Amino acid sequence: MNETNSSIQIKGLRDGLLVSLDDAPWEEQRTIFLTQVDAQPAFFKGARLALDVASQVLHVNDLVDLRDQLSERGIFLWALISESPTTEKTAQLLGLATRISKPRPEEARQTSMVGQGEDAALFLDKTLRSGTRIEFAGNVVVLGDVNPGAEIVAEGNVIIWGRLRGMVHAGAKGNQDAVICALDLSPTQLRIAEEVSAILKPHEHSRPEIARINQNGKLQAEFWSPG
Amino acid sequence: MPAQVITITSGKGGVGKTTATANLAVALATEGSKVVCIDGDIGLRNLDVILGLENRIVYDIVDVIEGRCRLKQAMIHDKKLTNLYLIPAAQTRDKNAVSPSDMNRLVKDLRADYDFVLIDSPAGIERGFRNAIAAADRVLVVTNPEVSAVRDADRVIGILEAEDKGPGALIINRLNPILVKKNDMLSAEDVLDLLAIELIGIVPEDENVIIGSNRGAPVASDPKSKAGQAFRNIAKRLKGETVPFLDLESSDSLWERIQRLAGRK
Repeated sequence: MNETNSSIQIKGLRDGLLVSLDDAPWEEQRTIFLTQVDAQPAFFKGARLALDVASQVLHVNDLVDLRDQLSERGIFLWALISESPTTEKTAQLLGLATRISKPRPEEARQTSMVGQGEDAALFLDKTLRSGTRIEFAGNVVVLGDVNPGAEIVAEGNVIIWGRLRGMVHAGAKGNQDAVICALDLSPTQLRIAEEVSAILKPHEHSRPEIARINQNGKLQAEFWSPG
Repeated sequence: MPAQVITITSGKGGVGKTTATANLAVALATEGSKVVCIDGDIGLRNLDVILGLENRIVYDIVDVIEGRCRLKQAMIHDKKLTNLYLIPAAQTRDKNAVSPSDMNRLVKDLRADYDFVLIDSPAGIERGFRNAIAAADRVLVVTNPEVSAVRDADRVIGILEAEDKGPGALIINRLNPILVKKNDMLSAEDVLDLLAIELIGIVPEDENVIIGSNRGAPVASDPKSKAGQAFRNIAKRLKGETVPFLDLESSDSLWERIQRLAGRK
């Protein structure tokens, strides 16, 4: 299916839509695009969307706004393709794919969400500050701290090489075997699959810990013992 | 040398952004720098009151941007310091009266003639904040040793990083060493541990700050005030001097640890 409206191109992909914008001012492009979506809600509802933004320079807030607006309309933004390194970085920070030729999260989920080791992983080598939200359809690895007010939602495991003080949801699509580990596990809240826990005691001396769902179906953290 | 453009921001309201801006402006001007401060809190202006210049306002920043007056006409001269000027905010307009590119243009005209341009940001992370950081070379993040203020500072630092404005440097304002000692207040070390950015100053709680603000005479010009001393030290650090941190509570290794933390990148 091909549609053209001014500078916006919409193409059908195997399992979703690819929307290509051009370099006209971002606000204008965004408005035109959303107007078009609102004109054909049935066509767009439930779509998995990849967005090509040419060389637009977009920051976290631009993308978060757009993603929220799309999500309100039942559209899932999973990839952002850009010629701008800044925009690519922003997209990665939000857990969006930046290439659509890569295995899609959908496939990764089907083949290896239960097994470990081979899953797609998002690697972030920075501290996640308050207000940052990372969503990823696989594992998430952070080399840095997760501060209070930051959130990670992953369909797989979450590994924090640093202090975890924000909110992490692992196994967000229901994987009960997902684990969360951190060098210092002092989160605001942890979730694995459907289980929620906020009763993780603060430690005087932090040691690496791993949280998982135990045999009784409760979310529990224990010290990491190698071997 | 062209001006350093410094924005003072915090996320949370009421932590002392405006007080810090006024005091740093006074401290820098006292040391001989040519300083302009800009009140970015359009609709809720305060900086003029704290500097004691309220009754001299004729034109404001929105008048300049909308072309009703020349830049020089909106620059209010300080009562005592001959090299300190204020560009006041408009009180009867809102943040949408100014755009980030307006701020860039305005500041560009000031860069050549002054040493420091200090921009007082409004609270929040919306339009007014975006305007205030648009032209900044450097950002100072003010926080109090309180969980909510630190959380908001962290959010602001994240935005600054995303906007390529650097992580900023931190001012911890209104620290009460007695409460810290009793474990009733976050220590400077706790705050730095979370925010992990450069520390540029710790300002102790000091009632003279409020008295000075109400009188329109910032404490930075009071040689006896400890808070005033802290602001004067921050001003020196902005000029590139190395100044040891104030000993707020005598005899404790805490301050050595803070200094060590402050030195870390």
